[in-house]
Amino acid sequence: MHAVPLTYIARNLWVRRVTTALTAAGMALVVYVFATVLMMSEGIRSTLVATGQADNVMVLRKGAGAEINSGISRDQAAVLQTLPGLALGATGQPQLSKEPVVLNNLPKRSNGKASNVTMRGTSDTGLALRPQVRISQGRMFRPGSSEVIAGGAIARGFEGVQLGASLRFGGRDWQVVGIFDAGGSGFDSEIWADSEQLMAAFRRSNYSSVVMKLADSDSFDTLNKLIDQDPRLLLEAKREQRFYAEQSEALANFISILGTALAVIFSIGAVVGATITMFGSVASRIGEIGTLRALGFRRGAVLIAFLGEALLLSLVGGVLGLLAATVMQKVNVSTTNFATFSELAFQFTLTPSIVGQSLLFALGMGVVGGFIPAWRASRMQIVDCLRAA
Amino acid sequence: MFIWKLLLKNALRHRVRTLLTLLGLMVAVCAFGFLRTVVDAWYAGVEASSSTRLIVRSATSLTVPLPLAYAERLRAVDGLTTVSWSNWFGGIYQNERNFFPQFAVDPVSYLALYPEYKVSEADRIAWQRDRRGVIVGRKLATKFGWSVGDTIALRGTIYSGTWSFTLRGIYEGAQANVDENQMLMQWAYINESAKARNARRGDFVGVYVVGINDPNNAAVISQRIDAQFKNSLAETLTETEKAFQLGFVAMSEAILVALQAVSGIVILIIMAVMANTMTMTARERLAEYATLKALGFSPGFVVRLLFGESLLIALAGGLLAVAITVPLAAAFQQFAGSLFPSFRVTEETMLLQLAAALVIGMVAAAWPAWKMSRIDIVSGLRHVA
Repeated sequence: MHAVPLTYIARNLWVRRVTTALTAAGMALVVYVFATVLMMSEGIRSTLVATGQADNVMVLRKGAGAEINSGISRDQAAVLQTLPGLALGATGQPQLSKEPVVLNNLPKRSNGKASNVTMRGTSDTGLALRPQVRISQGRMFRPGSSEVIAGGAIARGFEGVQLGASLRFGGRDWQVVGIFDAGGSGFDSEIWADSEQLMAAFRRSNYSSVVMKLADSDSFDTLNKLIDQDPRLLLEAKREQRFYAEQSEALANFISILGTALAVIFSIGAVVGATITMFGSVASRIGEIGTLRALGFRRGAVLIAFLGEALLLSLVGGVLGLLAATVMQKVNVSTTNFATFSELAFQFTLTPSIVGQSLLFALGMGVVGGFIPAWRASRMQIVDCLRAA
Repeated sequence: MFIWKLLLKNALRHRVRTLLTLLGLMVAVCAFGFLRTVVDAWYAGVEASSSTRLIVRSATSLTVPLPLAYAERLRAVDGLTTVSWSNWFGGIYQNERNFFPQFAVDPVSYLALYPEYKVSEADRIAWQRDRRGVIVGRKLATKFGWSVGDTIALRGTIYSGTWSFTLRGIYEGAQANVDENQMLMQWAYINESAKARNARRGDFVGVYVVGINDPNNAAVISQRIDAQFKNSLAETLTETEKAFQLGFVAMSEAILVALQAVSGIVILIIMAVMANTMTMTARERLAEYATLKALGFSPGFVVRLLFGESLLIALAGGLLAVAITVPLAAAFQQFAGSLFPSFRVTEETMLLQLAAALVIGMVAAAWPAWKMSRIDIVSGLRHVA
């Protein structure tokens, strides 16, 4: 079966430029919303997954779910330190960091409204356990002092957290002596201080979590069983990557479900536009359809030709929408993560999968919108077409 | 009148096209209204606040607790009528998806501060007498099919372990926007168990809720309270209940801004579609407009025809959209239940929907109308669409 030439299909779109432009614009907006939402969801996931190391393990109180709900006593932390299978540092000490986590309410730069920022009490060991973190300005805080280092996103997004500034909480002033860059992971949205000083300032006796590094990455199951079976410890251990993946789940799922539902509803409007355009396209070319059929092109070829026109139209719209969405990658967003109740800064992340999904969505709209008009065009009788022209 | 009949007949010339445009308009304007209602629902807590209540929390953040000893000192502050407190319990009922707020409160003073929670005298006394008793809102009880006397088990996250409570009463809101999705338990019971586990965790309060005598004094009294506890172990931040609730809304600000932007985008989408419809319509009728002009009708008449037809379709679509938005919102409330305490389509939203439909109608017809009013009669009559 001979197919109607592609140039014929493409030129038809060009001839009715204004209509093509308007319909493609409608579709582009829908694809933009769809792609942006997926990028937002992906951005949250990838930020939090980048936060975890493959051979680190997080230990929290059983059933806690988030660090702010968790409490590990000094005795329990001491028991953890004696566990076998931990990696040893340069000085022969087990690579283990006991960390209290406190939320601090600070005003954002963008709107002056206060938001919760995660403050983590850590140490040089804690810094070593996170190799993706490096001090970009200033220096690390001195152990035993009231000094803090702030993540890049916090220094940018919040007032009074730049290098040299002084924060007041827990009854004393804390100096910001360094800004660190955490490679786009969740730590960028945190402020770090000395763990013992933080505990003292808030009169706490419990840590929130314990992070440790495995000597052998495969020995996680053995370690997990040891912690589970120890009656002194009512704790649960998770691989760091899995822990952070769970933290992102609720928010990322919420955004992707909400956004996809919205995109599908909006697509009804765009599909309506495509249908109207294609009906008009068929109606204005009845004579040509009759001529093509008289020349010998089969019904199937006519159907494919008009369907192809609709697909090409939606492809143009899809590409335009994607281009607009890629601009969003420059935007820095931050919101409160439901799971941790504190601020998380992330970026819109475009992946090949999202590009594929968006284009498929656009083409889908084209097929749904263009099918009925194309079907009608292919069912017309040759005689009626030539008469009507 | 002649022109209305002409507009109607013109609109129905291409039934399929007009129907499709109406469908698109309906969906878009309905989505617009729905999104606005979602944003309004987010602010429901703010709307339900009382100007005579202040919230006192730790200056560091909401997650840092305050000592119980502050209660006595607060009672001595000038301008306060009632002092109560509440702890966020954060328990899980069966699984994480059944989320609803649970507060451990001081029963007598808390209910005094929240007169809009209407509970029968008998139930109130039964609750106050039973340390393991809870009262829940009507919407929550209906959602889970609870009735007075049922045992409710919660898995604690902040206060670990499994907790068993007895339902002693169901409260109803005095107004439509009161949150009926909450559970209130006794602070004394939670505190006692927490102290038994770890003495240091006892006698701590999440927030103090205080009642003031005169709403105009809110700012002054707030400062008085904060000055009391300045330079102490736990410094406080006191704000009106409205400001406190706005703080929560601000946490999700990025999402709210996105929702509002998206509701604008949907209007743009349908504007493009409708402009397309009107352009196609105008182009097909070029010869007719030329004929009208040749007959002596003014260019203004042609413009009025186009605008009229566009506005007629837009208005019809807008009215239909408003008509289906209300039942759709009711259906969503049934489905989402405890997610939003109140989900009402306000009159303002409905007016904005109609206004949006009219704007769409006007903008869609603007360019074709301008173009058609300037056509040269001769080339118009010669034109083959």
